[in-house]
Amino acid sequence: MKKELKIFDKPKNVKRLLGSFYVSLLILLIIDFFIQKHAEFPWEGATEFFAVYGFISCVLLIFVAKILRLFVKRDEDYYE
Amino acid sequence: MSNLIPLPAIFIIGALFIPFWGGRLKSAYMLALPVLAFITLVSMPEGKYWIVNILEYDLIFGRVDKLSMVFGYIFTIITFIGVLFTLKVADDMQRMAAFMYAGGALGVTFAGDFLTLYLFWELLAISSTFLILARRTKASQAAAFRYILVHVFGGLCLLAGIVFYIHNSGTAEFGYIGLNGAASYLIFIGIALNAAIPPLHPWLQDAYPEATVTGAVFLSALTTKSAVYVMARTFPGAELLIWMGAFMTIMPIFYAVLENDIRRVLAYSLINQVGFMMVGIGIGTQLAINGTVSHAFCHILYKALLFMSTGSVLFMTGKIRCTDLGGIYKTMPLTCLFCMIGAASISAFPLFSGFVSKSMIISAAAHGKLAVIWLTLQFASAGVFHHAGIKVPFFTFFSEDSGIRAKEPPLNMLLAMGITAFLCIAIGIYPGPLYSILPYPVDYVPYTGAHVIGQLQLLMFGALAFCLLILSGYYPAEMRAINLDTDWFYRKGGRLFYHAMDRIFNGLNSVSDRILAGALASYLGRVSKEGPVRVALLFLAPVWVLVGIKGEKLAQKRLNIEKAIDTGTSPIGISAAVATIFLIVIFLLM
Repeated sequence: MKKELKIFDKPKNVKRLLGSFYVSLLILLIIDFFIQKHAEFPWEGATEFFAVYGFISCVLLIFVAKILRLFVKRDEDYYE
Repeated sequence: MSNLIPLPAIFIIGALFIPFWGGRLKSAYMLALPVLAFITLVSMPEGKYWIVNILEYDLIFGRVDKLSMVFGYIFTIITFIGVLFTLKVADDMQRMAAFMYAGGALGVTFAGDFLTLYLFWELLAISSTFLILARRTKASQAAAFRYILVHVFGGLCLLAGIVFYIHNSGTAEFGYIGLNGAASYLIFIGIALNAAIPPLHPWLQDAYPEATVTGAVFLSALTTKSAVYVMARTFPGAELLIWMGAFMTIMPIFYAVLENDIRRVLAYSLINQVGFMMVGIGIGTQLAINGTVSHAFCHILYKALLFMSTGSVLFMTGKIRCTDLGGIYKTMPLTCLFCMIGAASISAFPLFSGFVSKSMIISAAAHGKLAVIWLTLQFASAGVFHHAGIKVPFFTFFSEDSGIRAKEPPLNMLLAMGITAFLCIAIGIYPGPLYSILPYPVDYVPYTGAHVIGQLQLLMFGALAFCLLILSGYYPAEMRAINLDTDWFYRKGGRLFYHAMDRIFNGLNSVSDRILAGALASYLGRVSKEGPVRVALLFLAPVWVLVGIKGEKLAQKRLNIEKAIDTGTSPIGISAAVATIFLIVIFLLM
């Protein structure tokens, strides 16, 4: 077997990855102020709309999914 | 034109000769078939060919226009990629089924009338079943059985609708129908089932994850997308589709978040993506139809790429559950890279294929001022990134190290993934060629500052939510469990039906047995045995008493009568008397 990739075994690399991720988020927030918008809906042109909507969507998604699990989760051999 | 072989026949007849080849020649032969089909395809000018007249109907096997051509291209391309991926799998049944299946998809695409369409529609259902059966596990056999039953139901709905439609309209031409009347709704249900529109969707998430590693690649590409094509022809502009499609984009993503089986996550995200296409068909404008068709094109590629990369993991490790995998990027970096390209494409990251196609549908919703639909589609877009974009690569290749150290898959599999990944990026960077083959002229620019930044914000802040939820431990843990879906109704309902029928009919049977065979028969036996004696005594006993016979003599006479009737040796006089009395009684009653 050839040598293994281990870049994410080092906590320093994970930190770097997360760090650059947060920086890119910040850049995206800043660029938004300088972009010319062509909105079909009033909210579409609002500052940082997509950032807020994306974040809320995913939190909501997880929240609802967790509630859904209460109702639909069954053992793997449920149908057998 | 007429001297060319009909396009579907290249695959269907070609499939029959696969077992006769061996070794490298077999591989070369199988790769040559889609190449031959592609050459035939590009040399076909628009028009109608291969028309066969049967029983007053023209069966049209080659209706070529811009809409059918796009699907023809992508079905042929994905067949080539799928075959390349499958070369090392030594199972002729799968190979033949795959080619029959692809031939069925091309047949549906180029059918010019509903009868031809139906013919190939059923071929799709039957041939694809073998790609599930070929896994040869108990679970896959059961899933394949359910799969074919569901599709037979859908096929029969379609057939009934077609028969009504031809009867009412007098034409069998496969074109716009629109939702009005029973015939159209039956056809609609038949197509909707193959398109996996909820609640008719569960066959997909039930069967696809049970298919073979290579079979899933073909399955993910052909059935639902040929249904998208048929829907786009027959029901463009049907408002019902906008709402059904929008629901279809969000319902599966909740399941995808919870699901443990990676290929089932992909199956749910497949349903979600077809939802976008249904919305596009429902809106029905030129931009929306262009969006739908281009999204189907891109979707086939990136979904196949995702099924190939996760399938490679299953092929090399034998495992496919989130709870069993993790840390595989260390020894399968190329597969991991391809998976991430597929994930970026399905998430519609700028510079990847989904970005240039899905945005057309969302823009069409915006142009139509469909605010709720627009917000729903954006929510679903963020959700797609969440489960297909992050969850699939993260839990398969990164996450906690599972200790599995599997090698990269064989070269042909890597090559198939490489070509698909290249196409995903090429279309994302340079969508011009794709736009040029769409049904309507394209006046759409995907790369504007606002669109790129808006989309990046939507995705990256969705990713931020994922990060924070994972780090905080609130993210729902991956569990070895299943989640109930609407297939419950026929899986449990089927058993309930079986038990109910068992109770009712077997109960009825045993009650009938007790009454008819037991009680009634023995009663009749008794009556027929004792009846004549009683009747005879009824009339003779008073006569004997009157003439003075008493005591033991009377008892002896009774015994004699019983014996005589029992053995059939009664004096003629008695029989005649009984018969006469019987006749008198009848006469009086009348």
